[in-house]
Order: sequence, then structure tokens, then C-alpha cells
Amino acid sequence: MSILIDKNSKIVVQGITGRSGLFHTQQCRAYGTNIVAGVTPGKGGIHIDGIPVFNTVEEAVRYTRANVSMIFVPPPGAADAILESCDAGLDLAVCITEGIPVRDMVMARAVQKDSKTRLVGPNCPGVITPGECKLGIMPGYIHKPGKVGVVSRSGTLTYEAVKQLSDIGLGQSTCVGIGGDPIIGMKFIDVLQLFNEDPDTEAVFMIGEIGGGAEEEAAHWIKENMKKPVAAFIAGVTAPPGKRMGHAGAIITGGKGKAEDKIKTLNDCGVVVATSPTRMGGAMQEALDAAGTTIVDAPSK
Amino acid sequence: MNIHEYQAKEILNGFGIPIPRSRVALTADQVERAAKEMGGHCVIKAQIYAGGRGKAGGVKVVHHPEQANDVAKELFGKKLVTIQTGPEGLKVRRILIEEAVEIAREFYVSITLDRESSRYCLIASAEGGVEIEEVARKSPEKIHMLTIDPFTGLRPYQARKIALALGLTGVVCEDCVELLLNLYKCCLERDCFLVEINPLVVTKAGWLLAMDAKMSFDDNAVYRHREYPDMVDYSQLDPLEITAGKYDLAYIKLSGSIGCMVNGAGLAMATLDVLKEFGGEPANFLDVGGGATREKVAEAFKIILEDSDVKAVFVNIFGGIMRCDVIAQGIIEAASEVKCILPIVVRMDGSHVEEGKKLLQESGLNVQIGETLGDGAGKIVKMLGQGGN
Repeated sequence: MSILIDKNSKIVVQGITGRSGLFHTQQCRAYGTNIVAGVTPGKGGIHIDGIPVFNTVEEAVRYTRANVSMIFVPPPGAADAILESCDAGLDLAVCITEGIPVRDMVMARAVQKDSKTRLVGPNCPGVITPGECKLGIMPGYIHKPGKVGVVSRSGTLTYEAVKQLSDIGLGQSTCVGIGGDPIIGMKFIDVLQLFNEDPDTEAVFMIGEIGGGAEEEAAHWIKENMKKPVAAFIAGVTAPPGKRMGHAGAIITGGKGKAEDKIKTLNDCGVVVATSPTRMGGAMQEALDAAGTTIVDAPSK
Repeated sequence: MNIHEYQAKEILNGFGIPIPRSRVALTADQVERAAKEMGGHCVIKAQIYAGGRGKAGGVKVVHHPEQANDVAKELFGKKLVTIQTGPEGLKVRRILIEEAVEIAREFYVSITLDRESSRYCLIASAEGGVEIEEVARKSPEKIHMLTIDPFTGLRPYQARKIALALGLTGVVCEDCVELLLNLYKCCLERDCFLVEINPLVVTKAGWLLAMDAKMSFDDNAVYRHREYPDMVDYSQLDPLEITAGKYDLAYIKLSGSIGCMVNGAGLAMATLDVLKEFGGEPANFLDVGGGATREKVAEAFKIILEDSDVKAVFVNIFGGIMRCDVIAQGIIEAASEVKCILPIVVRMDGSHVEEGKKLLQESGLNVQIGETLGDGAGKIVKMLGQGGN
């Protein structure tokens, strides 16, 4: 088992004919992801690499029974693409697009929240269930099937964490990059909740960064509800206040959103926090040892 | 993207929000002339991309045009250091001259994004003229907040509740309702991340006026507003940050001596953290983007080396899908082009990593390979130490 996606997920790629849309479609396919359709308005009817392209998501769903979308639509049309996937009744939309205007996302998020479609992203690396389904831009080879769930606001820092986990023999159940924007779909707590209920996830590694209060919220939720050991890393301990560190969300304003406060709250709530980005795998192992959980090599899926 | 106070006020005024009579000046003579127009008694306000100007001597009341000239001469070219600028301060290049107003009461109003609810949020307080964070700390009960439903927008009755909560009554209360509705309209139409009036005042004559304003635009929406790029005052930005912006690189100058190039914001922050852990001081934050390309890597390398504080360079690229040999090629080209002799440590991961390492080792550059993040950080700090610094 896993969360959000597995080998049975049928994927439609929105923006499949764009440069990065096509490139990553091919990469995901090479990993074994079941991509059944693409959508590019105006290009319905063609096939690209043998994948049928439709004008709308609704059409794609009608003909291929796709239930998950991966969005590579450029920023001006990306919020619309999210709304369209909600309208088509998909189970999940994963939006990779970076740079969507906030005003557009306020609207899209308000609609999506009340729909049956879950949203991951935007501005995220995507979701991967190792060995089964890769939905996004992450390098597949660093992942290993296993029992640690990973949830992160970052992209490449997640790769670093995953590699460290894999290197010490801790495979992953599912890795979810929730995205670095101020307005995103699923938040830490939404993903933690799924990991908590997933019988094949035995521990969780969480990667946060400066800005906002999502990590603190998650910390309190973990203390109240989480049945499995959690370890974490927070990037930006040394970040200067008031500066936007790359991600629109990563800014310390008015003394709020500091890494040290997040780390303290997490520690207080029983989460093992890696003191250095070089010890993320080690912190996970430490949390497992403290909980007395031994993860045996995951059965092959 | 930030703009000056005077630009923010002009925009607000375009949405029917009353502002004081004012002029912008670039020279002391222009300031004097403007002061004369205002009748001598006026307020001189230095325009910089930071708040806290009053306490730093950037806002002065004058009584004669000649006095305005003297104050302007002193301010122009001066580096104002406020609590928001950092120790290096920001240079004054533009001055706003405003009519002096007799103030009866001061308030705070703003609209910004609330991450928690994923909506815009109206914030108001009867404590105007002070930093809202300070009010939030000392007397949170004085802050009124309202998250705005994107489908209904801000409704008049909601704005009225806020105006009444501020203690306004009668005509001024209704004026305030209209002002708040216009503020929301401005926020949406101009794609603002934050629009703030502080203080919003009621004059002794009973008029509402936006005395000071701050506006920052959503960088992701700049493409929808052709006039925005021309509104940027480049004198307020670090020259290297400007160059980086042109190549779509996120660069922030820091105070140390190790230049950093990393792909991805989270990993870039973590890299700064790990350098400090090993006793190094980063010279910058630089994110070349999650999917670093050869061109971007080359440009980023040149930007890092333009900073004369940089004595060593640490490259940390988790290439993933990007090929490491291609990235190595980018580094070698850029380093050769600018004749870089500084010590470099490259930590790479991703496909074709061995080919990438081999290229670097055979390049003739002063380069070492970091096998892991920790190994790389340790090596660069050591190399810097050996260089005598």
C-alpha cells in the first residue's frame, strides 16, 4: 500500500505537448507510470509517443478512465487547469507548474477545497510511490520501495533527504512534495493524516523551511494524533530576516516563521529534528530507535 | 516586487482613496520649489524600499522652503539605516514632499494574503502609525481581522463592521467603508501581495487620508502588468541581485566569503546552514532553479565571482534528471571565461555523475569534489582556511 498513487493510478498529463510536459511524461513512463492520456486544448485527436491527446480533461476521462492528473500547464493557464481537473472529478491533481499568480490560486483553491479532487502543489516536485508510480520531476533512481513516508515543502532538498534514507536502507512508501508556494493544496497535516492511516507506512520524515506556521501546526497535530515515529528537518536556520529565500513562501517577517521556533515546537511535540541537513537519514533512524520500531526490508511490491 | 511610498499612493489615489497633496523630487532645488507650492510648512519624506524611516531621520517636518532645501541636501545620497534595511542601509535618491496635515486620529489598515485560509485578509487596528507586528505583540485585542471570500469579495456590511470596530461613526464611517472596498479592489486588480495604509488618518477637518502606504506586488503576476518593470527603482537594489533577476536566478547577497551555487531553494538554504555548521560564512544565497541548465549554471557562476568578497566557491547541485556532465561543462566554461583561480568544491548528484566529476578533475581548475553534502562543506571551509584568507 501507499498513499495517493500506486500502480493502478491512471494518469492524464495536462500540458503534455509542452517541452517540459513531454520530457517528464517520457521520464515518468520510463519509470513505469501508467500514463493513459494527455490534454492540450486545440490538439485533441493527435497521438504523442502513442499517448492519445484530448482537448479537455473531461474527454480524456471519458475515453481512458484516467483518475489522476499531472499538470505542466504554464502559469497563465495553470489555475484553470486545476479547476478543470476538479470539474472532471479526478481523485488527485498534481500541479508541477511554478509561478502561478496568487490571485488565481486563491480562486482555484477555494473551488478545489470543496470538490472531491485532492490537489498537490503547485510549485512542487510531485508525488512518487517508489517502484509503482512516479508523478513529477523527481529523479526516480534515488528512491527505494519501503516504509518511510516523506512529506516536504522543498524539491531538491527532498531528493537529498530521500537519498540519505535510501543509503541507510530506509525505503519509502510514498514521497509527497507539497510545494513551496504560499497557497497550496494538501498541507503537511493532510499528508500526515494519510500516512497515519496507511498500513504500509511505519514512520514519516518531514521537511520544512522558514516562513509561515505550517510546521508548527503540523507539530501540534502530530503530538495529538500521530501513531508513528516522525523525524524532521527545517531549512533556513541561518537565513537573514525579511529576505525572500527563493520560494515565495520562504520569508521571515516580523519575527514569525523562524526556523528555531519551528524546531523548538517540533521537539516539544516529540519529533526528532535533524540538527544538520547532513543528518536527515540519521534523525529518521534515531526516531525509529526511540520508538522501538524496526523496519525490515520492504516486501517487493 | 516592492515600490516606493509615492508610487503606492498614486495607485491608491487611482482607486479613489484620498491622499495628501504631494510632489516627488530628485534634487534639493525641486524639493524647495515643491515646499514653496505647499506654502512652506510641509513634510519631507525620504523614499527608500524599507519602513522605519521616521526613527532613522528620514521623515522631517519643515516650515520654510529654504529649510526644505537644507533638509533635502542632507538626505539626498545619504544611506538611511532603519530596522528594516540591515546595517548597510539604503541610499536616498527620491524625496516626497507632502502638505502638513492636522491629524485627529490614526489607524492601520491592510490587505494581504493569509496562508492559513488561502484567502486575502483585511487587517485593521485603531493603533495607527506604529508597526502592526508591535501591536500584535503588545495588544492583540486591538487588531481586527477578516478573511475575504473570493466569490463574494469584500462586502459593504463587512467593511462597516471593521470601520465601526475602529470607533468611526457617521459620515467618516461610511467614507471608511468605501475606502476599504476600494482597497480590496486595488489589491485584486493590481495583483498585490500586500497593500497597507499606515497610518490612515482622520484629519481635524474630518477627512480620511492615506498618510503613508506600502505596496508590494506578486512577482508571479508581474507579466500581467506591463508598467510594473518600469516602476522599479534599481538604486534600491543590490546590483548583483539585479543581474541575477535578469537570468531568473534567486540571489541574495550575504556577508561571508564562500560563494554558493545550489539548485532549489530548500537545498540552497540547507547548504548555507551546513556551511555555517562547519565554520564557514556564506557570501550569498543563490538558487539556479530546481532543473539547473548549463546556461544558468554558467551565468550564476559569473555572478558569484563578481562579488569581491568571495574567496572560495561551493557548488551543490542535486541534478536528479539533469545530467551532471552537462552541469560540470557549464562550471568549467564559466570559470575559464572569467579566469577563476579561487578554490572550488563541487558536490554533484544525479545522472552521469562520474563523467561530470572526471571533467572537473581534468579541467585544470582549482577544484575538489565533495562526495556528500557534509564532505563538500568540510572541504571548502578547509581550502579557504589554507588560502590564508
